[in-house]
Amino acid sequence: MIASTEHMKLDGAQALVKCLEAQGVEYIWGLSGGAAIPIFDALVTTGTKIKLILVRHEQGATHMADGYARATGKPGVVLVTSGPGATNTITGIMTAHMDSVPMIVITGQTITPMLGKDAFQEADVFGLTMPVVKHSYLIKNSNDIPRIVKEAFHIASTGRPGPVLMDIPKDISSGPFTGGTLDPEMDLPGYKPEIEINQDHVKAIAAALAKSKRPVILAGHGALIARAFPTIEKLAEKLKAPVTTTLLGKGAFNEEHPLALGMLGMHGTAYANKAMVECDLVMSIGSRYDDRIIGQASKFCKDAVRIHIDIDIAEINKMINVHHYCIGDARLVAEELMKHVSELDTKEWLKHLDGYKKKYPLKYGKQGGLKMQHILDELYKMTGGKIIVSTDVGQHQMWAAQFLKTVRPDDWLSSGGAGTMGYGFPAAIGAQFGKPEEQVWAIVGDGGFQMTMCELSTACVHKLPVKVLVLNNHYLGMVRQWQELFYDDRKSGVDLEGNPDFAKLADCYPGAKGFTLKRPADIRKILKRAMEYNDGPCVINAECEKTDNVFPMIPAGRALEDMIIERPRYKMEKPTGST
Amino acid sequence: MSHQPIIHTLSVYVSNKPGVLARIAQVFARRGFNIESLVVSPAMDGKFSRMTIGISGNPGMLDQIIKQVSKLIDVISCKDHTGDEAVVRELALVKIRCGADRRSEALQIVEHFACKTVDLTEKSMIIMATGASDKVDAFVRMIKAFDVVELVRTGKVLMVRGEQPT
Repeated sequence: MIASTEHMKLDGAQALVKCLEAQGVEYIWGLSGGAAIPIFDALVTTGTKIKLILVRHEQGATHMADGYARATGKPGVVLVTSGPGATNTITGIMTAHMDSVPMIVITGQTITPMLGKDAFQEADVFGLTMPVVKHSYLIKNSNDIPRIVKEAFHIASTGRPGPVLMDIPKDISSGPFTGGTLDPEMDLPGYKPEIEINQDHVKAIAAALAKSKRPVILAGHGALIARAFPTIEKLAEKLKAPVTTTLLGKGAFNEEHPLALGMLGMHGTAYANKAMVECDLVMSIGSRYDDRIIGQASKFCKDAVRIHIDIDIAEINKMINVHHYCIGDARLVAEELMKHVSELDTKEWLKHLDGYKKKYPLKYGKQGGLKMQHILDELYKMTGGKIIVSTDVGQHQMWAAQFLKTVRPDDWLSSGGAGTMGYGFPAAIGAQFGKPEEQVWAIVGDGGFQMTMCELSTACVHKLPVKVLVLNNHYLGMVRQWQELFYDDRKSGVDLEGNPDFAKLADCYPGAKGFTLKRPADIRKILKRAMEYNDGPCVINAECEKTDNVFPMIPAGRALEDMIIERPRYKMEKPTGST
Repeated sequence: MSHQPIIHTLSVYVSNKPGVLARIAQVFARRGFNIESLVVSPAMDGKFSRMTIGISGNPGMLDQIIKQVSKLIDVISCKDHTGDEAVVRELALVKIRCGADRRSEALQIVEHFACKTVDLTEKSMIIMATGASDKVDAFVRMIKAFDVVELVRTGKVLMVRGEQPT
């Protein structure tokens, strides 16, 4: 084995690895294959310190890179082979794209003379991924590798972050690198992520705020990406304005803060949604007024002054028309805004909202079987929220968002825009790699977990003490809920008969441990045991009530005024919203 | 309410890199816009290309589309010049069947529209028409009195009048 490459010529793959090192890459999540062998080989021959984490399915690699990126703020890197290896990453790339997560995906490709000739394991990955990447490259010259790697990281992690793909044909990765410097100039004349904040826009927003008696600040994922949480807290305290967060904005404002309203939207808190209905001003900082938040666009805050602060001008007036906007980094704009605002007279408004908090608290029945909400509530009480939580998608996700309050930034990982089942567990693995000192919980359903549970091997190999809480109701619960409420309880394609015993499943992986939770009385005992097991991953199979429903709920496409707090007795109309 | 399809002419200045046209086309297609005409050619500096794109679709969505196109990494600028003070031109080649008996009739039309004959045989003629789109349209209407074998139009190219760059 060659220990040093100092005195030998590099090939394209070795140049690639050196450039990744220069970008500060710690981990690469990947799965090898023919067209990527030169790159995997270079991870050995260069003697790099970058650690390769071999996954069991490429989708898992992307979610791990995603979880790592969300937990640390650094781009996650994925390396896979051509054809099916690359197509298996598409769900994860789309997940990262929808949620503005910085990610670098390197795909092997057939040799350049074979491109477009249906070669073995050839797929047009550049074309296939085009709609779900921030940018992409098909590298046709080994000497372009350093410039492209530098550009890729710059694009992925600046402005509105997102995934960048590099498709590298095998002859390019194994061809000689004769490009000289590994640190060339970038060539991106069309990309200008630095934005000068328009002071007139800031002042107009401040003037609108000054007139408001019933303001609401809406903090989204952009606030987290911009590290704006201290500024938002100061701004809210200075204005005396309440703050609600989106699903992905959880952590942008401490949910235990007296001004916090928790999450708004389809399954948000009743008081957050009522605040949106009654406010005279809404100011979004780093959210994109997503359809899950606004419901029926024409009725959303229709009499309020609507303000949008976003780094991406393409988000302004996309979903709703706004009166004022300011383009820029959420933190920088919020800091500018701080200079121009003063305390508002919101005493009555806050008192009014506190009344709603008392009248419509998040709640769940203590009678009957094991409730997901109960487990999550206890987990929150036991940890004070000082854990990293990664979720899948569905009922468990919404209850986790409601009952696991987020008190620190970067603690909440969830696939919001894409709604990707199977995200939770691998994302938790990625987060645990990035933050080894933190306790990481994957809160998953029995449906989503089965999509990526093969990564138990990956967690075992690296002895990652990820705690997987399977909130098992033997259904695809959210769809079952919709079928119950809107489709006369006709269940179609939701019964997960054939589920394994997840605790036993964990026990058959070396180093993993399974727990079974059946009775409400055992919740604390089992959670404690899981917290104490740190030799590898553990899986709690929580056999929950099968047919519970998530409330509050705003049926898709309906206005926030139409929120229902509990199961209505009347038959509900089929929702008109998309999903 | 039905909308008359308005064709908007966008001028897009891009880095001359592989895939840039596909990326732009995707922005239109995803939002249900149809590309009516498309002209791509290298700009003065060969590192860049100029695209002039005629599109039709929901006008309420146009602003969003321009922003989405502008957001693409390889796009330097994207502007809508519909209604702007701009010079808009296109070129058409029309091949007609035409023997000696009707040649002078055809040449009259050619002369009226300031076109050129660029190929002439005993039985056919290729005419090149240039000008604003409505002029080319009018020429095409007139020449249809002949047996048109084929017609090729370049689509619009556009340049803003005065000192301002397009």
